[in-house]
Amino acid sequence: MNRTGKAALLIILLIAVMSFTASFMPWCNPGSINLDRIKEAPSFDHPLGTDTKGRDILSRILYGGRVSISIAVSAALLSTMIGLVFGLCSGYFGGKVDALLMAFADLVLSFPTLLLAIAISVLFPPGIYTVVIAIVAVGWASFARIIRGQVLSLKEANYIEAAKAMGCSTGRIIHRHLMPQCIPVVLVVMGMKIGGYILVEASLSFLGLGAQPPMPTWGSMISAHRAYLTSAPWMVVAPGFMIALTALCFNLLGDSLRDRYGLKIKG
Amino acid sequence: MLLLIPLLFGITLLTFSLAKALPGDPVLSMVGERAQPEVIEKIRKEIGADKNIVEQYYGYLALLLRGEFGRSYYTNREVLHDILLKFPNTLKLALAAMLIAVPLGTAFGFISAYRKDTVTDRVISALSITGLSVPVFWSGLLLMLFFSLELRMFPPSGSGDLRFLVLPALTLSLPALGALARITRTTVLEVLDMPFIKTARAMGIREVRIQAGHVLKNALIPIVTVIGLDFGSYLNGAVLTETIFGWDGIGRFIMEGIIKRDYPVIMGCVIIGTFVFVAINMVVDMLYNSLDPRVRFGEQDR
Repeated sequence: MNRTGKAALLIILLIAVMSFTASFMPWCNPGSINLDRIKEAPSFDHPLGTDTKGRDILSRILYGGRVSISIAVSAALLSTMIGLVFGLCSGYFGGKVDALLMAFADLVLSFPTLLLAIAISVLFPPGIYTVVIAIVAVGWASFARIIRGQVLSLKEANYIEAAKAMGCSTGRIIHRHLMPQCIPVVLVVMGMKIGGYILVEASLSFLGLGAQPPMPTWGSMISAHRAYLTSAPWMVVAPGFMIALTALCFNLLGDSLRDRYGLKIKG
Repeated sequence: MLLLIPLLFGITLLTFSLAKALPGDPVLSMVGERAQPEVIEKIRKEIGADKNIVEQYYGYLALLLRGEFGRSYYTNREVLHDILLKFPNTLKLALAAMLIAVPLGTAFGFISAYRKDTVTDRVISALSITGLSVPVFWSGLLLMLFFSLELRMFPPSGSGDLRFLVLPALTLSLPALGALARITRTTVLEVLDMPFIKTARAMGIREVRIQAGHVLKNALIPIVTVIGLDFGSYLNGAVLTETIFGWDGIGRFIMEGIIKRDYPVIMGCVIIGTFVFVAINMVVDMLYNSLDPRVRFGEQDR
């Protein structure tokens, strides 16, 4: 991994550790309302200022980070699992199975992502799980396509032929010989996709379709304080900066993983 | 081409079941909780909410085939009429964003590729990945804060003449610009690395001809694809950008529909949106085919 990738990983870890340990910090009170101290500019007491209910913005950002990162990472893991099943079957069996599975994947890919995610977020009661479902419903298809491509290029390899000749079962070939070879690709694609998932989560919670109050999320912090853009810009600037920084770091990490494994995946 | 029919059938089924499963009762939210039962019953009959689900879906499909997308539960206006009224606005916004993103994005990509591993390349690459990572609803608000509220150069929201269009178009173009610059850079570098470029140089063909005839022509293929496929991201981005800037297009329309649980509006917008998206993808496919005879349908991997 190159230097940029390492730096990005370090920042991601820093954000993650601070977010996930926030509940153990005595100064971290995302929910404590103090109506005497509303819309305060950043100060020593409140490094990022306070919001319209006098709540500490730094605490809320850290708690929001927990939500964002958990959703993006679990959505990526779930998409990978579904994508692996579809991609491996499609690539290995070929023929009608391939045609059918990939037609389905193409069908999903031809939906405008956010529109479908919005539709799904409205179908289920809004919340963390709904956001994950909405992201995975679209996300698995691109994993499936890329993994299929990888399998197609692998399955003609000599060692697969050898495994077949030695009488390996289909399940064993897929599980022990093809799947491990897909891991680098999966890692790279995950790195590249998580950044986008962070943005989708933020967009949905900005539209009010994400995790519900009182749970703070970066997107909802921005939409709640849009109206105070001129009088208290820090309430909007700080959470947006965190979304951008986190997404950027994941994108940089994905790029550097891609270069590290010498893969040609566009995105 | 054949994919279009099952796709549209799937979409109508999906939008219909999605809308049916939505929490909340549209009749109740239309007349209010305290309305008299007779009134509720009357409206339920009027909008056909008393029939069973299958009948409702058939009724819906039959209407769609006649070009009727139903009426909004709230304004009682025809959904298709409103969509057609608002669609040009979204199109205007998307085209304006494209006008910014396409020339700048490809130019940055080419510069970056020709100046590979220099400071210029690094700066452009860093900017384009940042463009991809910044959420549009935040960059939009920052642009609004700076250009309309501080400098008072552009109106902060509303739709109308060119001055209203600048900020939303700029906001919407940023992620596309980043994506395009990145893809152009990779593509141009790939083409420059091809053996036929070396051959052309060895044959003593003038550099200008190599660049215009070989590099540009080969690099153009994936770039056109990305430009076309990006139209989907414009539709996505339009929901957010239009909501922020109060631009009177499809994006804001669907958002209002979702908030009010106005099923015909949501379904109409999703169906039209997907139709446009798929139609554009097909045009891109055809363009792709005519630009590059090597490509056959169904063999490309995304």
